[in-house]
Amino acid sequence: MNDFLLEVKDLKAGIDGKEILKGINLTVRPGEVHAIMGPNGSGKSTFSGVLAGDPRFTVTGGEAYLNGVNLLELSPEDRSHEGLFLSFQYPVEIPGVSMVNFMRAAINAKRKYLGQEPLTASEFLKLMRAKRAVVDLDNKLASRSVNEGFSGGEKKRNEIFQMAMLEPRLSILDETDSGLDIDALRVVAGGVNKLRTEQNATIVITHYQRLLDYIKPDVVHILYKGRIVHTGGPELALELEERGYDWIKEEADRKD
Amino acid sequence: MDTPSQKQYLDLYDANAATVCAHAPAVMNERRAAARAVLEATPLPRAGSEGHKYADLNAMFAPDLGVNITRVPFRVDPAGAFRCAVPNVSTLTGFTANDVFTAGDGLSERLPQGVTVCSLSDAAGLMPEVMEHYYGRIAPADNAAVALNTLLAQDGVMVHVARNVRCDKPVQLVNILGGAGIDMLAVRRLMVILEAGAAIKLLVCDHSDDSRANVSDAVVEMDLGPGAQLEYYDFEESSPTTSRYASVTVRQDAASRLTMNVSTLRCGTTRNDIRVELNGEGAEAHLGGMAISDGSQLADTSATVLHNAPHCISNQIFKYIVDQNGRGAFEGLIKVAPEAHHTEAYQNNRNILAAPTSRMHTQPQLEIYCDDVKASHGAATGQIDARALFYMETRGIPRDQARTMLMQAFMADVIDAISLEPLRDRLRHLVEMRLAGIHASCGACPPSVNCSNSEK
Repeated sequence: MNDFLLEVKDLKAGIDGKEILKGINLTVRPGEVHAIMGPNGSGKSTFSGVLAGDPRFTVTGGEAYLNGVNLLELSPEDRSHEGLFLSFQYPVEIPGVSMVNFMRAAINAKRKYLGQEPLTASEFLKLMRAKRAVVDLDNKLASRSVNEGFSGGEKKRNEIFQMAMLEPRLSILDETDSGLDIDALRVVAGGVNKLRTEQNATIVITHYQRLLDYIKPDVVHILYKGRIVHTGGPELALELEERGYDWIKEEADRKD
Repeated sequence: MDTPSQKQYLDLYDANAATVCAHAPAVMNERRAAARAVLEATPLPRAGSEGHKYADLNAMFAPDLGVNITRVPFRVDPAGAFRCAVPNVSTLTGFTANDVFTAGDGLSERLPQGVTVCSLSDAAGLMPEVMEHYYGRIAPADNAAVALNTLLAQDGVMVHVARNVRCDKPVQLVNILGGAGIDMLAVRRLMVILEAGAAIKLLVCDHSDDSRANVSDAVVEMDLGPGAQLEYYDFEESSPTTSRYASVTVRQDAASRLTMNVSTLRCGTTRNDIRVELNGEGAEAHLGGMAISDGSQLADTSATVLHNAPHCISNQIFKYIVDQNGRGAFEGLIKVAPEAHHTEAYQNNRNILAAPTSRMHTQPQLEIYCDDVKASHGAATGQIDARALFYMETRGIPRDQARTMLMQAFMADVIDAISLEPLRDRLRHLVEMRLAGIHASCGACPPSVNCSNSEK
C-alpha cells in the first residue's frame, strides 16, 4: 500500500478511434497541488475528462486509482462519491433545473452512497449558505437555474461553490482561469486555497502561468502530444512563461 | 377493405333509436339525423391518412364495445373507487362515471349565483335557449368521431356562467371510465358557455379502470362571449388499456381570453383534436400541453387555431417526451383569414426522444391569407442533452435521476404557464412521479382525499 491519492499508470485514451493520451503516468499525494500545463491540443482536457468518466472518450489502456479504488471501473457518479471533482472548462447550462434542486440531489446522492441519512431542508440550506461564502456566490445565482445566464466569472465561481459543497478528495480544475478577469480569478483562486487541507489534493490544468501566481503548485507537469514530457517544481511554470512552449516541443519531437 | 367500424354504431342506433331518444332531451335528439348522415358518409380516419400519422380512429372504435343505451346507473362511488392522481384542487366538483354525471356534494349550493354546473338533461329544462343555440353547433359537424358522439350521446355536462359573473374558485370535473365489467364506450359531452364578461377556471381530469379496454369519445363545445375569460385544464391520467378521442372546440368573441392546457400524462391511445376559433376582434388564446408517452402508448394532438378577426393573439406550446416504444404526434395549424389583420400567432412544438425505438411525428403548419401578420412556428425533436447529463453525473447525481430532472426541466415552461398554483405544483409533482416510473396516485394526496388506494 502506497500513500498516493491518485495513481495513473500508462493511461491511454482517445476519441472516435483517434488516440489522444498515449501513456500518462502521474502520482499525486494528499496535500499536494499539481499543475498540468501544455500547448493547445496536447490532451489536457481529455485527461481530466477521462478521469471523470466523460463518455465521449474511450480508454484504450492503463490504470487510474483514486485512494486505491479503480476509477476506470466506476460510473461518473460513483467517481464523484469516491471523492473526485472536475471543475469544467465550460460549465453546462441546465435551464429548468434550479441550483438548489441540483445541489440537493448531488449532496443526498453522496450521503446515500456513504450510508448517511439525507440532509433535512434546513440543514441543507444552512450548508448552502456557508459554502456560498467561500466564493462570494450571490444568493440570487443560487436560486436560479444551473449556470443559466451566468457570466463567465459566475460560472467558474459556481464550479468552486459546488466543489466546496461536495468536499472532494481530489479536485481537477480544467482551465478554471479561462474567461476570467483578474478580480474573478482572485476570488476563484482564493476559494480553492480556502478548501485546501492536508488530506485533499488539487490538479490545476492551465495553459498560462497566471493562475499559478494564485494557486501555488508543488509540482508542475508539461503535457505534450498525449504524454507528460517534463516534470519539475514551480520554477518550470515560470520558465514556460518566459520561453514559451517551443523548446518543449522541439525537445519532445527530437526524442520521437 | 374491411367494414368501416362506424357501421356497428349506425346499426346500434337504428335498432335502438327510440330508446336512445327516450333518455335524452329533445334538443339532443334533433341533432341525430344530420349526425347519422355524416357518420354514414365519412370514414373514421385510419393511421396514415392526412393529419393522422399514427392515430387510427377506425381501429379505436372497431372493438365490440358496450354502450349504455338504457342508462343503467353506474354504482360507483366516484371519489373512492378509482385511483385519483389529480386530486380535488377544488371543493366544487362534479363526476362523470362513463357518461353519467353526478354533482359532488353540495355543488349547486356552493356555486356562486349565475354559475350553473349540471347535466345536459337538466340544462335543457333550465336554459333551453342556451342548449338550442349552442348544442352541436360548435364542434366540427363534418368530423366522423364527433358525428358518432352526436348520434349516440344521451346526456353530458353543462357549465354555464351568466353575464359578468366571475367564478373565482376553480371547478373540477372528474371523468371516470370503466367499472362496468365489460369493455365500454363512453359517449361524453361537455358544454362550457360563458356569457359576455363571465370568467371561470375549469379542471377536467380523466381516469380509468385499467383492467378493461375502454374507449371514450368526448365532444367539448365551448363558447366565450365578448370579454369572457376561461382557463381550461384537461389532464388525462388513464391507463395503457384506455383509448380516448376528444374533440375540443372553442369559439371566442371579441376581447375574450382563453388559457388552455391539454396534457396526456398516461394513456393507451389518445387523439385530441383541439380547435380554437378567434372570431371577435382582440381575442386571445394561449394553448399548451404536454404528453409523456412510453411503453406502447400513443399520444396524438392536433391543434388548429383559426384567426378570423383582426388584432387577435394566439400562442401555442406543446411538448412531448417519448420513451421506449411510445409514439407521439403533433399536428398544428395556424390559419389566418384575409380580414384578420394585426394578427399575432405563434406555435412551438418541442420533443424529446428518450430511446432509439421511440417515434415522434410533428407537422407544424401556417396558412396565412393576410399581409399584416406576425407569425412563427417551430418544431424540434431531439435527445436529452448529453453534456448536461454528464455534468450532473460528475456531481454525483445518479444517471436515472439526472435524466428525470432534465425531462422535468424540459416541461417547466408548459407547467409554469398554468395560473392555478396548487394545480401547477400538482402537475409538477405528477410529472416528476411519472418520469420516475411511479404511479402518481398514492402517497402524494392530501389526507382529505377519500381514495381507496390510500391503504396501499
